[in-house]
Amino acid sequence: MRPHRLAFVLSLAAGPALAGSDVPRHQLTPSPEGNLVVGLCDGETSIEVKGVKPGDQLTREQGQQIAGALMQEWRQKHPDAEWIVAAADGAPEAPGAGASAESQFQTYGAFTGRDRRIWQESTERLVAEGKRIFHDDKALGGTNAVSCDMCHPDASNTHPETYPKFQVQLGRVALLRDMINWCIENPVRGKPFADDDPRLKALEAYILAQRKGIALDYGKH
Amino acid sequence: MAHKSIETKYYEERASFFGDLTRLGALSRRGFLQVAGVSAGIAAAKGLIVPQSFQLIEIAQAAETATPAFTIAYISDTHLYTRKVNDRFVRSAVKAVEEVNALDPQPDFVLFGGDLAQLGRPEELDLGAQILKDLKAPLKMMVGEHDWFLDMGEHWRSLFGPSQYSFNYKGIHFVTLMSVQEKDFWTARGMTPEERMHTVAGLDNGVQSRFEVGPEGRHWLQTDLAAIDKKTPIVIFSHSPLYKYYRNWNFWTEDADDVQAILAKFDTVSVIHGHTHQLLLNRIGNISFYGLLSTAWPWPYAPEGLPKLTVQMNRADPFNAFDGCGDGQLNVLASGMIDKVYNLWNRNPVTVRANYLSSNGTKDRPGATTLSSY
Ligand SMILES: [Fe+2]
Ligand SMILES: [Fe+2]
Repeated sequence: MRPHRLAFVLSLAAGPALAGSDVPRHQLTPSPEGNLVVGLCDGETSIEVKGVKPGDQLTREQGQQIAGALMQEWRQKHPDAEWIVAAADGAPEAPGAGASAESQFQTYGAFTGRDRRIWQESTERLVAEGKRIFHDDKALGGTNAVSCDMCHPDASNTHPETYPKFQVQLGRVALLRDMINWCIENPVRGKPFADDDPRLKALEAYILAQRKGIALDYGKH
Repeated sequence: MAHKSIETKYYEERASFFGDLTRLGALSRRGFLQVAGVSAGIAAAKGLIVPQSFQLIEIAQAAETATPAFTIAYISDTHLYTRKVNDRFVRSAVKAVEEVNALDPQPDFVLFGGDLAQLGRPEELDLGAQILKDLKAPLKMMVGEHDWFLDMGEHWRSLFGPSQYSFNYKGIHFVTLMSVQEKDFWTARGMTPEERMHTVAGLDNGVQSRFEVGPEGRHWLQTDLAAIDKKTPIVIFSHSPLYKYYRNWNFWTEDADDVQAILAKFDTVSVIHGHTHQLLLNRIGNISFYGLLSTAWPWPYAPEGLPKLTVQMNRADPFNAFDGCGDGQLNVLASGMIDKVYNLWNRNPVTVRANYLSSNGTKDRPGATTLSSY
């Protein structure tokens, strides 16, 4: 099942891709007998290794057993989930994969499928945050219970592809963010967002994401 | 210097641009009336006068129209919060009531097209009832999903009576349908009544079910129409469009085909619906469909599924809180067909002749949009 699969990818690898403090840490419950406790990278599954203390040297067989036990536990919890084998997933692809063996290669652009999923997850997370704010008058800082979606379902009629353009009513050239702020200040009766406000960035991300594939046409009226 | 809102500055500039009406002496009478209408609209938006602009233009057009047997005014989709939460929607509703009261002669009755409240709260519905009480003409009520899904219509019914009813008037059989039933999506999700209401109130919230008249409603309709002669003109008031326009926004009635089949035996059928907040026209078989304007906000046209007979209204000016909103009239002709007036605030009204739809768009096409949607 897809949700499990995505959740797993995130907890395994999203840490370095995301900034700072909101990354969940796996807190392992210590063993009463002081045995070694090993946590799985899903952030919730763990097992106690009887007779082994933290710092003891493990044999290869012991290590294999621990990994097997953790895996079994995880599979029981998620009977329908798909476990992505990182080794198969992590081989770097040359850009333009499928080209002939002689095609160019460099470290920049040598990404794995896992990299791409992490990027996509991070991007979708920003878009989802924008969607939340777009639909929430409180998050917008509004004072009259009006949210963006009330006039722009699915961000329709926001036409981000037409900016920058001369906005007659403002008497100057406007960017999408100027119009977002105009709406926040007027119909929504809130305070305009600063240029570096994460809420403004999220709103832009959501609005742009709804117009994927539409040709840019700046200046259009 | 006193602070002026960007809206005020904008209107001042526009007013000075259009300002000197004496310049217009050389224009034709019709041109004069149109420009006068625009200026009156600006004055009205500044709160100076109760807008009468569209009446001027109606006089100019009256000679070109078949005289209606009678007239129904409409107000729809006011989406009221309480005054303390949002004063603008309240002002819009009051403005519509004042405009309808200023009509001379008065309409035979006023149709309210549903979505009186925004979140179905008793305070919102009470406020709406109080505002509508000022109407001079009798009122016919229709329920919308925003009125219904907090308490499943309990308070609305206590104020306005049954949500489904019919009556005969001047040779026409009128039916008000409750067409915003939804299959239970809330119980399994353990939603509170507030969560259920919020879900339905979100047009692009895909969690909810689609609108339907439902088996009971269709049975009621069939029974109601059983004894009516096929030559009797039928007018249906319905909040949802009674056809399938755009599913994602619930511009949609799931059992529309079944409802249309019930109506198919009649020679003349008009469906007047709320919910879509835009100039919207359709014709399916013998049925002409007309959407109503909202007083609160206009919806954009959906990205697909727009009926091909719809002549779009110009897109709304985001800098004008009333643009794209409005009210209007149904001029019921002797034939039982309807000429529909879209009284768009701050714009010239758009009249859609019954002929336009009944001729499948070959006659009396209304003027095309100059500012199309994105
Ligand atoms: Fe509505
Ligand atoms: Fe509605």
